[in-house]
Amino acid sequence: MKPEVWRGMGLKDEEYNMIVAILGRDPNYVELGMYSVMWSEHCSYKNSKEVLRLFPTKGENVLQGPGENAGIVDIGDGLAVCFKIESHNHPSAIEPYQGAATGVGGIIRDIFTMGARPVALLNSLRFGTLNERKVRYLFGGVVAGIAGYGNCIGIPTVAGEVYFDPCYQGNPLVNAMCVGIIEADKIRRGRATGVGNPVILAGARTGRDGMHGVTFASEELSDASEEKRPAVQVGDPFMEKLLMEACLELIENGDIVGIQDLGGAGLTCATSEMASRGGTGLEIELDRVPCREEGMTAYEIMISESQERMLMVVTPDKEEKVHAVFRRWGVPSTTIGKVTGDGMLRVRKAGEVAAEVPARSLAEDAPVYCPAFKEPEYIKQTSELDLSRLPDVTDAAGALLALLGSPNIASKEWVYHQYDHMVRTCTVVLPGSDAAVIRIRGTAKGLAMTTDCNARYTYLDPYIGGMIAVAEAARNITCSGAEPLAVTDNLNFGNPEKPEIFWQFRRAVEGMSEACRYFGTPVIGGNVSFYNETNGEAIFPTPTVGMVGLLSDVTRHCTQDFRQEGDRIILLGDTFDELGGSEYLYVLYGETRGKPPALDLAREKALQQAVLAAIREGLAVSAHDLSEGGLAVALSECCIGQEVGASVNLSTGGLRTDSLLFGESQGRVIISTRPENTEKLLALAGEYGVPSRAIGTTGGTELIISVDGNEKVRLPVPELAKKWRGAIPCLMA
Amino acid sequence: MKFGVVVFPGSNCDLDAYHAIRDVLRHPVEYIWHQEESVAGFDCIVLPGGFSYGDYLRSGAIARFSPVMKSVVEFAASGGLVFGICNGFQVLVEVGLLPGALYRNTGLQFRCQFTNLVVENRNTPFTIAVEPGRVLKIPIAHGEGNYYADAQTLRAMEQNGQIVFRYATAGGEVTKDANPNGSLYNIAGVCNENKNVLGMMPHPERSVERILGSQDGLVIFESLVRYREGLR
Repeated sequence: MKPEVWRGMGLKDEEYNMIVAILGRDPNYVELGMYSVMWSEHCSYKNSKEVLRLFPTKGENVLQGPGENAGIVDIGDGLAVCFKIESHNHPSAIEPYQGAATGVGGIIRDIFTMGARPVALLNSLRFGTLNERKVRYLFGGVVAGIAGYGNCIGIPTVAGEVYFDPCYQGNPLVNAMCVGIIEADKIRRGRATGVGNPVILAGARTGRDGMHGVTFASEELSDASEEKRPAVQVGDPFMEKLLMEACLELIENGDIVGIQDLGGAGLTCATSEMASRGGTGLEIELDRVPCREEGMTAYEIMISESQERMLMVVTPDKEEKVHAVFRRWGVPSTTIGKVTGDGMLRVRKAGEVAAEVPARSLAEDAPVYCPAFKEPEYIKQTSELDLSRLPDVTDAAGALLALLGSPNIASKEWVYHQYDHMVRTCTVVLPGSDAAVIRIRGTAKGLAMTTDCNARYTYLDPYIGGMIAVAEAARNITCSGAEPLAVTDNLNFGNPEKPEIFWQFRRAVEGMSEACRYFGTPVIGGNVSFYNETNGEAIFPTPTVGMVGLLSDVTRHCTQDFRQEGDRIILLGDTFDELGGSEYLYVLYGETRGKPPALDLAREKALQQAVLAAIREGLAVSAHDLSEGGLAVALSECCIGQEVGASVNLSTGGLRTDSLLFGESQGRVIISTRPENTEKLLALAGEYGVPSRAIGTTGGTELIISVDGNEKVRLPVPELAKKWRGAIPCLMA
Repeated sequence: MKFGVVVFPGSNCDLDAYHAIRDVLRHPVEYIWHQEESVAGFDCIVLPGGFSYGDYLRSGAIARFSPVMKSVVEFAASGGLVFGICNGFQVLVEVGLLPGALYRNTGLQFRCQFTNLVVENRNTPFTIAVEPGRVLKIPIAHGEGNYYADAQTLRAMEQNGQIVFRYATAGGEVTKDANPNGSLYNIAGVCNENKNVLGMMPHPERSVERILGSQDGLVIFESLVRYREGLR
């Protein structure tokens, strides 16, 4: 075989030699294809594995950590929550609708594969700037694709985040997260056990779509990437809905031994991983695989990434019953092989053995690399920010309106009005607050969920940025009245073979790990997406955190909206002269520079405990975390929801006015409280050692902010709302 | 009063309707599989929201051919109560139990949001419990809810009181801004000549509990119960 063949599939020469050593012979073309997809970064995590070990993954409530299709956390009453986030960046860059849609389809399968009923979807999206026509096309297509899939299958899309920055111009990020609920004793795993047990393939027919999708995902994008369009799959949410109902019925009835979805690397991945986890082998007959077109080769069938397919192992006595259930749901299913005891993945076609390799070697024996790392040069330049050369804000009202009109801060209604966020009638806090809350039917409990990452911080300091991503997620969960449970992460980075990129990756994971440890929120699963570069330019490091929290009493949830006249507004936490990496600096000066705000984990944790206690004791009418745009933007958002104004008096205390109003110091939350509860709330904050201050009162139709007795902002709430709501529709019109 | 909720392949609000009837309205309810050929024994048939058969063709265009629909049409002809919500409304239009058609939203996007409805005819089995002047806050979630009927049909419907709900402001004004999908004259729900078949794009089953942001949808289910009890 010529080196061009394996190199063309993305394998390095030394990797080819390893394959030869494993097999004791040259692989044939089918086998080579199978190794190339399984040993891609996407499937094998060969570049990231060592660093990912830094994450805390254990906890007393963790029922399933990383390594399965999704992680699972116990939430009491015999129930558990199952969740995971996954990227579909490269497909979405080429074909935004289908790329995003199949990203949603894939993550839903990961959840019901475990036996969990999917109950909510979230996402985290990044695009270039909306003044570019191509970016508007990508943004519109991705949102429509997410909507098209999630709405059809009937799982509410309840939360998410969208940011825009030129660094994502050619390489958008599309991370989709799914949350499911499962009875703790009904968890299913992707294991092929029981020699002789039949192996059943169910769902859509196998076609020529998504060929080498994982290989495509494991290389940089370039102008030639358009030619990779055949690597993008096409989604069929209707088929997935039927497949999901059938699989959940089978799992509920205990009819399945092991089950796994077919996603990246298709049949090759599902068969080799199931056999490898089960310590068994599999023998499959490709002539039995229902195909969309005639003449598909063994190679094509083995690596096709056609969507909406599941592989399962059942006992012989259940085989007919399983097929009958699929028939009733109108889902094609076929027995394609059986479990063997010899550890080999043996693939037959037309009476011949088309491939025969140790299953474990595909799933587990990919090389592990420890790429070199080096601090990038840019850090020295970007970290310099001389505030003394920056004039303090003079037109605070103008700056506030500019920030509210920035797509990064502006309302995302244009996005989430396209998502059915209410189906299943469990969504208690709709999109637009700090975290979404859903109730768990049949119990008093609720789940809060959010996705978060400020990639500007991670770019300026990956370690601090990584910590902040976790801290902010936990703060959002807390502000909704829930206790943070666990994390799923989606690590989006550039090419890890570049030492500067790998340095970003390492530092971000170190920062996230420390914060996860501190907040007691283990990482129970996730996804790594490398090679997010276009023509050699990497995106900002974007380690997105998906977090889920638990409310023991869902009626005790909290939202960010000021509710009524006359409530006192309390600011918890300290403000510093921190403008580095702020949206203010970006919007007003076009700069991404400085050091991100500092994060003191102890103070952050104390703040969150105080907020949670305040909500639980009924002292908080509303709670809102301070993030992009700082205090002034947060106050505006609190006012806009129910159109309740506010009058606020601040003192600089030696700070710059712009830091005070728009700085993004961490560990801060605004709570509104009934006047008679003000003292109780301040005392409670004191008990947790959290600085707190009554800064104003709700009411009226305007937001009025005075600093040291001078009125800096006086804007009618409808004007704030118009700017905030109108920004994205106006850019997309 | 016994309700039946039809389950087509791709229905996804069947659970929500079932829950609203069983746990909030507290009346008996059962699912009816799309291959059933009889709906005997039920007092009201609910066609729920969702994407029947994926709605890859025109919404509801395939579901109308389900075996169960033949008996639903007969049930309606004999005066039985048939309630189509969202995709169920689309199916009822396709099968000819309701006049008109549902086009794609004028904005060409799916829309999920709360809307306010004025009740134009309180003298139907679906609205008799609604207090005069009450505006109902009920959410929509659809991509094809833009109601259309030709001028002649519409005139006849108006005269016969078949326009039941219109999108309005919170204060009950029927304005262009309050129309989320481009529906003709803000029409959100219509009934047949005999008033025993109603289709609406908004989802009353999503607004039956305070924790979901509105309880205004409950009055529609309560109307059905009151109407049925009145017959006894």
